[in-house]
Order: sequence, then C-alpha cells, then structure tokens
Amino acid sequence: MSIEKVWVVAEVVDGNPITTTLELLTHARSLGSTVEAVAWGPDTAKAAGELGNFGATTVHDVGDIGDALPGVPVAAAIAALVQGGNRPDVVLVPTTYDGRDVAGRLSVMLDLPVITNVVGLSADGDDVRSEHGLFGGAKVAKARFTGERPWIFVVRAKSFAAEPSGGAAAELVQAPVPDLGVTNAAKVLSRHVEEQSGPKLDEADVVVSGGRGLGGAEHYALIEELAKLLKGAAGASRAIVDAGWVPYSHQVGQTGKTVKPTLYIACGISGATQHLVGMKGSKNIVAINKDQDAPIFSVADLGVVGDVHKVVPKLIEALKARQ
Amino acid sequence: MNVAVCVKQIPDPAAPQALDPGTNTLVREGKLILDDSDAYGVEMGLQLAEQAGGGEVTLVSMAPGGETSGLRTALAMGAAKAILVSDDALKGSDALATAKVLAKALERAQPDLIIAATESTDGYTGTTPVQVAQILGMPSVTFAKKVSVAEGKVKVERQTETGYDEVECPLPAVVTVTAGVVEPRYPSFKGIMAAKSKPVDQLTVADLGIDVGQVGQSGARQEVTDVADAEARASGEIVVDDGDAYEKVIAFLEQLKLV
Repeated sequence: MSIEKVWVVAEVVDGNPITTTLELLTHARSLGSTVEAVAWGPDTAKAAGELGNFGATTVHDVGDIGDALPGVPVAAAIAALVQGGNRPDVVLVPTTYDGRDVAGRLSVMLDLPVITNVVGLSADGDDVRSEHGLFGGAKVAKARFTGERPWIFVVRAKSFAAEPSGGAAAELVQAPVPDLGVTNAAKVLSRHVEEQSGPKLDEADVVVSGGRGLGGAEHYALIEELAKLLKGAAGASRAIVDAGWVPYSHQVGQTGKTVKPTLYIACGISGATQHLVGMKGSKNIVAINKDQDAPIFSVADLGVVGDVHKVVPKLIEALKARQ
Repeated sequence: MNVAVCVKQIPDPAAPQALDPGTNTLVREGKLILDDSDAYGVEMGLQLAEQAGGGEVTLVSMAPGGETSGLRTALAMGAAKAILVSDDALKGSDALATAKVLAKALERAQPDLIIAATESTDGYTGTTPVQVAQILGMPSVTFAKKVSVAEGKVKVERQTETGYDEVECPLPAVVTVTAGVVEPRYPSFKGIMAAKSKPVDQLTVADLGIDVGQVGQSGARQEVTDVADAEARASGEIVVDDGDAYEKVIAFLEQLKLV
C-alpha cells in the first residue's frame, strides 16, 4: 500500500506556523500525495494561507484550547478523526515541548508505537525509512514501522529545508475535541516570556557556546560578549545549564536546541554525545578546549588546544580593535 | 503524600556504547547505573514527600537481569522501596510497551504523584512518561523546572520555547522534570548502608498480567533496518595555543567573511 496521506502536527504561534512546521510540510510533500495539517489555537484561520503555501490542502482545526496544554486535546482530536475513518498513512510531529506530548498521548489513544528523534525520512516503496543519529552522530541508523498505520514520526528541528510549494490557502475543517475528563485537567495559569536580546539561538548565523571549561557562571559573560561582537547568539552545554549557570533556553544539544549556523564556536565544551547531536550540522565549527583529546575536536574545522580564559579575551580584544 | 519515581538503570554514559549486531539494539550488558537525569526526579520526590509531612517515595524501574545497582543508589538517597520489572521477554521493547509495563507496576504503588525525567540519557525517546499518563488516565505536565504541591494540586513552571508557563494540575498526575530542577543529594554512608536492606519487589511480565506477545522484540512494531557510519566531517586543523592562536580564529572568521 503506497503512502498517500501525510498529516503534519502544525504548531502555530500568533497566527504564524513555526519554522519546524514549515520544514515538516515541505518534506511531507516528498513522502505522500496529499499533505494536511492539524493545527490548534485561536489564530488557525490566519495561518491557513501560510500552511497552504507550504503544501497543506486542508487544516484540521482543533480550535481554541483555552488554558489547556495542547498534548491531550490535540491528540484526542486526531485520534477521533482516525477512529472515524479519516486515516492518514503518516503523522509527522515536531520535536517540541508540545509536539512530544501530542505524540505520546496519540500513541496510546491509537495503541500505535512512535519513532522519535528522526533526522531524515524517505519513502521507500510502500515503506517510510527514518534516519537517526547515534552516538553523537557518529553512526546513522535507519528504522521503519512494521505494523498498522498511521505511522507516527517525531522529527527534530532543522532536519529538512522549508520551501514553499506556492499552494493556495488550506481549507479549514473543524476537528472537534471529544470529552476528555481528568486527563486534560492541567491548566496554564500564566505565561512568562523571558527577555532576549540579539538573534534567536536557533536562527542565528553565528552561535558561541560555553561549557564546563569556563570554570564558573561568572565567566559566561565572555561567551555573551564574543557572541555579541559576532552578531550571534550565546549557547551553552547541558552541563552548565544543569549546574544553573545559564537558563535552559540557551542549551544546545539533544535536550536543547538544534542549531545549524554558518559558524559555531564551542568554548570549553568537551563535546559529549548530548551536545554534538545539537550542533554537528553547523557549516563551520571552531572549538577551543584545554584537553586535546576532547571529542569536540573531531568535528572542528579549526581546533584550538588552549585555555578559554586566555584565548577568548584575546579574541574579543582583537575583534573590538577592528570595529 | 506518596510519590512514585520512574528511574532507568543504564550503562555508564562515560563508557563507549555499542550496538548488538544481531538486533541493532543498544548493548546493555555489565553493570548498570542510575541515569543521572533520574537523580533529579528522585530528589524532587523526596523533597515533596518531606514537605507534605509524610508519605514515601517508591521507585519503579524496568531492567534486564534483576539489575538493582542503580536502584540502590536512589534508595541510598532516601527512597523507601522499589518495584523492579525484570523479564527476558522485555528485551527489545519499544517505548509504548515499556509504558504499558511501567503503568502496571506504578498502579501497585498507588502514588499521588508520578515523577519521571523528560527523557533517558541512553535512549532519548522522551515519550514514555506521557504514554504512562495516558494509560493510567492521568493528566501530565512535562518539562517542569520548578514543582510544588499544595491542597491536592501540583503547581509547575513548565519550560517553553520563550520562557515558561505556570501550570496547575490536580493529583494524581505525571510530572516530568528537567535536569537542574533541584540539586540531587549525595547518598550518605548511613543511607548507603540502609539501602542494602530496603525492599525491592521484583516482578515478571506475567506477574503484571501483561501478555508476553505485547512486549519485547516480538511486540515491537518497528525495527532498525540498518546502521552505518555517518559521513565523517573532513578533519580540520588543530593548533596548540602558544599565545597567538586567536589570530588563527580571526583568520578563519575573515575567510568566512564574518569580520
């Protein structure tokens, strides 16, 4: 049975689909003949144009979910459609906070497994092969589902390029949420947006990240200064986020953001698997680390074996002098 | 308040990892340790039980070969007891099958609150806790960076793309915690000694009333078809800093037209 219908769980923020939504829609076009989106929130109508422009012909509109978290109602709306006979062959879900909730809930509602951490997908006859980075990207595994459809894939950001198809605005069709009872009892009381200056970490052309080698939270200012001079964003390894030096929003890696900038500068980062997964796709990588055996050097185009406290200040000074 | 914490015992992440060439699954031989990510959940559970003025922390884990080394670490931190599901039939289970097993085991603990890490350090699947919540018919709040409990409700600061949401949820519920949510305590000598005699209830798939065909390799409806070396990045230039290595970096930036 060939792959026909592909659904994309489409996150929309203030009426605009997030970049990963557009990446998934773009790639969905190469997998199946019909691409449809599932969206929620108060501004789905506003997003229909852009979702159509990237290939969705229909938006299954879950509607405004109010103060609920999306996982349960969105999964329930999809499950209701599937159980009602509207059965996609493939469902693509973004690896986001809400996307993973949707995938987990949907998996149990349909009693179907999920494949997560997908970084590549290709149609192979009647199969879909997913690609996964293993051991920090040193190996690539391919996987596939062997059972009933829909096949639910949870895909990492930046796995595919986003390219418009020039399609017309998608048609909005209501996807009602069934009665959910206590599973949907979590309520958002308030939303807090943390102040951010400069480009966003996952969109910046240059990312400068710091790790344990900085020695202390107070030295992270070096990373921020270097990032600012290069008009880039400041990132961090999981180790220093866990240690509380910088907020989680700076984290690059498996658990944090995936970045693919023109230039990635890793300062005092050893290059654990967890970190490499999130930055290995950068076009150019510079690593500064005291330990010449650090795994980060295996992916660096330019590796400096040295003390970040000596190299980075000189770098900052030199860049300032040129301004 | 009784808290159940899902913990995973994994091969030491510092040791080189390998795949079983026959099944393409991670080799989980040798001694397993408590996943670092789970130490935060254990600590959170202990603190919440202490703050509630009573109740205990029960660990729930699934591991091969009756493995308890990681559980003993968490028991030494202060958890009261553990439920371990260990059965050869579970080898190769996917996340959904794992969730079904954990859910059955968790039912036995009758917890007011279930805590898990957002994802394990070895498998990174990251869907199991939410699958458990759905199987048990419970609400869930994932990616908690702050957790408190009062009047039968859990309040969570949930990580978002741009900051955090303050979320409230009635108990019983499943909460997944990010690393760094609390500072895990080191087990004391007394704790380590006490852990040796704390009860670990070891169960099989049959004990839980689950059909063996639903779990393990035979129940998995997905497979790894092949594993190959990734395209290696062309090896770069390595310089040892003797005081002017920064000039190399500047030259590199110039080459990229970034300065």
